[in-house]
Amino acid sequence: MIDTKVNLGGLEMATPITTASGTFGYGTEYIGAVDYSKLGAVTAKGIRVSPWPGNPMPRHAEVYGGLVNAIGLQGTGVEHFVDVTVPWYRQNVKVPMIANIWGGSIEEYAEVAAKLTGVVDALEMNVSCPNVKAGGHTFGQDPKVLNEVVSAVRKATTLPLIVKLAPNVPSIVPYVKACEDAGADALSLINTIPAMVIDIETRKPVIANKTGGLSGRGIHPAAVKLVYDAHNATKLPILAMGGIYEAKDAIEFFLAGATAVAVGTATFTNPGIVSEVYDGLVAYCERKGFASVRDLTGALDA
Amino acid sequence: MLDEKCKVLVHQEIGSGYRYLIVEAPKMAAELVPGQFVHVKVPALEMSALRRPFSVFDATDGMVVILYKTVGRGTAALNGVQEGDEINILGPLGHGFPTECSGTALLVGGGFGVAPLHFLAKRLPGKKILFAGGRTQNDLLAIDRFQLIPNTELKLATNDGSVGAKGFVTLPLDETIAELKAKGEKFELFTCGPDGLLKAVTDRALANDAPGWISCDRHMVCGVGACYACIQKTVRGNSRCCIEGPIFAAKDLIWE
Repeated sequence: MIDTKVNLGGLEMATPITTASGTFGYGTEYIGAVDYSKLGAVTAKGIRVSPWPGNPMPRHAEVYGGLVNAIGLQGTGVEHFVDVTVPWYRQNVKVPMIANIWGGSIEEYAEVAAKLTGVVDALEMNVSCPNVKAGGHTFGQDPKVLNEVVSAVRKATTLPLIVKLAPNVPSIVPYVKACEDAGADALSLINTIPAMVIDIETRKPVIANKTGGLSGRGIHPAAVKLVYDAHNATKLPILAMGGIYEAKDAIEFFLAGATAVAVGTATFTNPGIVSEVYDGLVAYCERKGFASVRDLTGALDA
Repeated sequence: MLDEKCKVLVHQEIGSGYRYLIVEAPKMAAELVPGQFVHVKVPALEMSALRRPFSVFDATDGMVVILYKTVGRGTAALNGVQEGDEINILGPLGHGFPTECSGTALLVGGGFGVAPLHFLAKRLPGKKILFAGGRTQNDLLAIDRFQLIPNTELKLATNDGSVGAKGFVTLPLDETIAELKAKGEKFELFTCGPDGLLKAVTDRALANDAPGWISCDRHMVCGVGACYACIQKTVRGNSRCCIEGPIFAAKDLIWE
């Protein structure tokens, strides 16, 4: 019997698997198609203080080995989330919920964090969405600003606080340190990689927002490298994501230093991915003689 | 909602790039209502990030029938599926058409947009008129199947005039609407097809104060309401076609 429990910065997870924010709605959409008992947490779609309409259509383009999207964080505001979404989720799903939060200012981040304290089980701060000008990305592209926004959220909440970092930086280390210094409990990486798709017939960008974020199979090795770099720079637990399409991909993340993993784009073609990753992970631990998935974290032989 | 591995029973080309795909899916067939869709994992698209959504032509006797046109990479890859293969299908998805109608049901289909209208015509009691439009007679699909449905009259139009009225399908539709109005008879509109047709039918529903039910088909990602990629503007804001639709009330739609 393999012990699959992990502690992600204070969040107790029965399995080390969650869902990447933005790929799993507000948690109940996949009932019937996903085995929720294999999830240690559900990470919900991004929430801010007030409702947000998102970007114009088209919002996505399929590419070889992945998907480029610029949804633009369309979402219900925190009030509706607290009053309607979370109660509905609790009624239907018995798995902890990580709320993903974002804002247009430091004050907004702190406000939404405060309002979710006592409501959800952990917070993931999005400081790295490539698709919304005012929100997210700007906070994740300067370690000083990152420190300020994470510090403000830290003061606003007692919940386990995970910060989701951008992949498109020369070195991840200053960002890891900025989060550590600001009191973050865990890190998650990676967010999507900024990307663009052009229709050569019309000579127009395929996505209305012109650019978007690349996710899916193709980004996995880049994500493994960033998880490895981050793990070498900090003792903070890491939630790793980016192109998990089979158990092997998740195991690579653990070996590179992850404490937990999130499946994302793969769910769109294969909602069974959650179970496949869980089963494959347990089988790997049995085969390699690891009693606990926690023993896999950073077990890279290099 | 189920993610079922379904055996392909029939995969038949019917000319001009159109195909029937019939799969064995007893649970899904029992649950599906007209206007809902299924999300198909195309086996030969392993490096692809997405499934492909299809409306349902029929769901009966444990079988789900899809009528599709080969239009891109996904459907081209689907062509290679052989009878006896198993394919993953997620469904039933979305909100369907109402299955009762006050007055005559006017079903307006463009090209392979007739697919969900066939399933609807089978389930709708009362009088129905199918208006089918296409570029040429080769784009008027499943006419023989519609002829088997009781209380269903057919009115056809082709852009080249090869069959039926010459021009858009709105030509015979407008004639019928005028006749029904002259007689003081009630009707409802149901449509699926290209956006131009959807908009034209929306306009006619609003202009005549008749209920209109519009199938908004968009490129989709998750198909279940999780990703917010398939947006249609409505009076409620940015609505997701996959879960708040694909069938929308004409009065709720905002066309840009």
